[in-house]
Amino acid sequence: MTGQAMKIAVLVFPGSNCDHDAYHALKHVLSADARFVWHKEGSLAEFDAAVIPGGFTYGDYLRTGAMAKLSPVMGAVRGFADAGGPVIGICNGFQILLEAGLLPGAMIANESLKFICDYKYIKTETSGTPFTRGIPENAVLRVPIAHYQGNYYADRETLAGLEENGQVVFRYCDAAGNVTPDANPNGSVGNIAGICNASRNVLGMMPHPERCSEAEMGSADGRRLFTSMIQWLKERGR
Amino acid sequence: MREIPVTPELAREHGLSAEEFERIRSILGRDPNITELGIFSVMWSEHCSYKSSRVHLRKFPTKGPRVLQGPGENAGIVDIGDGLAVAFKMESHNHPSYIEPYQGAATGVGGILRDVFTMGARPIALLDSLRFGRTDHPRSRYLVDGVVSGIAGYGNCIGVPTVGGEVYFDECYDGNILVNVFTLGVVRHDRIRRGYASGVGNPVIYVGSKTGRDGIHGATMASEEFDEKSEEKRPTVQVGDPFTEKLLLEACLELMKTDAIVGIQDMGAAGLTSSSFEMASRAGTGFRIDLDRVPQREEGMTPYELMLSESQERMLIVAKKGREREVFEIFEKWDLDVSVIGYVTGDGVGRIRMGGGNVAEIPIAAVTDEAPVYNRPSARPESQDALSRLDFSALPFPSDLSETWKRLMGCAEMADKRWIYRQYDHMIRTNTLVLPGSDAAVLRVKGTRKGIALSVDCNSRYCFLDPYVGGMIAVCESARNVACSGAEPIGLSDCLNFGNPEKPEIMWQFRSAIEGMAKACEAFQVPVVSGNVSFYNETKGKGIHPTPTVAMVGLLEDASVRLVQWFRGEGDLVFLADADRSTVELGGSLYLNEIHGKVEGIPPESDPAHEARLCRFLREAAQRKLLSSAHDLAEGGLACALAESCITRPEGPIGAKIRNPFPESIRADFAMFSENQGRALLSCPPEKKAALLAAAGEFRIKMEELGAVGGTWIEIEGIARLDAQETESSWRGGLAGALGFEG
Repeated sequence: MTGQAMKIAVLVFPGSNCDHDAYHALKHVLSADARFVWHKEGSLAEFDAAVIPGGFTYGDYLRTGAMAKLSPVMGAVRGFADAGGPVIGICNGFQILLEAGLLPGAMIANESLKFICDYKYIKTETSGTPFTRGIPENAVLRVPIAHYQGNYYADRETLAGLEENGQVVFRYCDAAGNVTPDANPNGSVGNIAGICNASRNVLGMMPHPERCSEAEMGSADGRRLFTSMIQWLKERGR
Repeated sequence: MREIPVTPELAREHGLSAEEFERIRSILGRDPNITELGIFSVMWSEHCSYKSSRVHLRKFPTKGPRVLQGPGENAGIVDIGDGLAVAFKMESHNHPSYIEPYQGAATGVGGILRDVFTMGARPIALLDSLRFGRTDHPRSRYLVDGVVSGIAGYGNCIGVPTVGGEVYFDECYDGNILVNVFTLGVVRHDRIRRGYASGVGNPVIYVGSKTGRDGIHGATMASEEFDEKSEEKRPTVQVGDPFTEKLLLEACLELMKTDAIVGIQDMGAAGLTSSSFEMASRAGTGFRIDLDRVPQREEGMTPYELMLSESQERMLIVAKKGREREVFEIFEKWDLDVSVIGYVTGDGVGRIRMGGGNVAEIPIAAVTDEAPVYNRPSARPESQDALSRLDFSALPFPSDLSETWKRLMGCAEMADKRWIYRQYDHMIRTNTLVLPGSDAAVLRVKGTRKGIALSVDCNSRYCFLDPYVGGMIAVCESARNVACSGAEPIGLSDCLNFGNPEKPEIMWQFRSAIEGMAKACEAFQVPVVSGNVSFYNETKGKGIHPTPTVAMVGLLEDASVRLVQWFRGEGDLVFLADADRSTVELGGSLYLNEIHGKVEGIPPESDPAHEARLCRFLREAAQRKLLSSAHDLAEGGLACALAESCITRPEGPIGAKIRNPFPESIRADFAMFSENQGRALLSCPPEKKAALLAAAGEFRIKMEELGAVGGTWIEIEGIARLDAQETESSWRGGLAGALGFEG
């Protein structure tokens, strides 16, 4: 299935560095109409979906995502999300969504206090989002992570809410799908790798689906998220 | 500001000899002022002028049908077909990394990236070659952690993957670590840019970070010689800002899509001085710049400081007159400083003004073409003889060969380097087809079927024992590594790390290593297109092993035929590709060093003609899809290569059983760990055996069928065997264990 005609914004902030990868996966692998959108833009009205790619916006100098949330385009993202548009924040994009309050919780440094780049397994906790509707619940995906601050944290109340509403979308697991402490690369609470908002149209995840969208890169599991989203858009109609 | 009198003593403090100072006075026809002295001292420094190395560097082959840019620019450029080319260079950041490992290594990465993107290329890969002291040296742990974090901090943030490298630990680096960083970028032929200041009247534009007092060469001067209000000296190690460099990278590449500029150069070592003088020198022009227009981070900077500052993340651009607006718009979009600081002149003189007056006026050729060139005396030291006299028969035979084998697999040199490369983003830009852990990293070139294979190598034990042979082997091994991935070696960059060139024995090492490297390059017909020399790697009179690191670039026309070093599956046959011989080579070997504590003997014989044939055969076998795996034999010989092919596979370890290819008359430990050059361990499905042997015959490569892949034991029949799983564990934990880090 291709994403012909689906117009997808790939946001570019100063310091975004996975923008080209997201663009490549969407445009060249999935044939979507991906466009770069500079952070000073004030509107996403013409788009069907938005991707906030990974990177080191503003060098991560103050706090990951803390500066990027102030960019004009984030106002547009909020409006776009409120109107039901699908938004996916990957890695630093997830951190920006947390800082912007579009997703609950916060990110702290990995337990090892080291940057970690490696392939990991994640378990799909829910098919009830535009990004996972084509992925069966409990399906295990092999995806790369690459972050220094991917240790997700939320207070007990927030966490209980996320669990109760089925907003935990992905958890780190082993190859067989067991969610164990050993399978947790960064100390994230509840092995959480990705969550969505209450309306389920905003997804934040630390692993990089755009990096594993082609078999020759070692895994094509990430592509399933984008295909799901494009299929969802098609069914919703524009 | 009080003008500081320029005396011969002051010149000496700037590293200029009495003869060099006299030469400056005769060129100018007067005494230089302090700013001019500073300019001459950095431009005539070893680092910028290559004054001790130049006569020998000329021995390298630098031309070839693919070479679009050889040495002399910021990076070399080699054609890869279809209108595309790769720009690459390796550079050292040894001294700063020893003083301040995080920033030293980080700014090393920043500098080499600028060298590549200033040519118009988008950097797609970083590799690093690291040398530290003994793993149990009290400073090693701190240095390793700092250097690795620094490379990670800069590379990860700017978003260029660190896809490979090497790391060694040896006593000779206790007081002088080596941090050599390599970058490769991809560029369309029509977007190649060079450091030319051409076109009289064209504006000279400064872009990037503001200039501060960091990294000023003249920091050795006593502060009271400056104005009494001048601030205290800043540390000489620069601080990197990868975020700003990311902006600079994007802005420069955006600018280079236009034709608004005529030249661009990174302000690296010697900052504004080297960029302005070198660009004018290449174009045969002059310039006039006004330092008041340089964006400054601090107040009250002197012309001397502004010209010599090595503040990071800055570039100098010569634009076409009338196109300034386009340059400004792009850099302002990326929130970077941009300022027209002067213009190109036609009289061949560099004129620098500040506060309305001239502060320096120097003929361009005086600091560039007329820089001194030394053919320093070189002599083989007699101490070299004693090193080759080792009586191998007197070495004790290990009580348990399997245990010795396992110990080698877990030693820091052989062990898994995952603890390091996991800290580097090695996947970003989604090009890395072969991740770190195989002989060479392989990257795809998007929009084509091509792949680029990269490897950095140097065995400095060999170079210490015989720099000529060691230099030859460094080139051959790096070529073998890229060939084992199925690629054709098409060009190389080097980083020549040596001791004090004023000592004849060091100059002998340097000269010999270059001659050996050049000989091997000729056999492969591979040009040296860029590189760097790092002398004075000495502490308290003790030099490092000569370490001429080679970064080899290989091309796969079709990346889908790429090979990896690990065995694929049960039942595949195992072959040794070799030259016809049955001697063993233990001189300078890992076995001798790690088990017997000696760096002695004669290094392995190297036959570049055989190596070149072997590489062509490997490439051909890959193209014909005859192989399941190919692995270069290097440190630890056949036994260690076999174990690596078994345990490095991402799917988990597998066993293999082979026979010993050496005659029984040879000691078993020597047979296992002999480091004969020009060998590769191959595996193929049984049905491809006949075709593989036929291909080997075409290239006159001797093939010995040694055994087969399968089971859970790694075994050399009748000699030793290891449990694959156990060996994998000790290999995996070896590096972190030796350094006392958590795995």
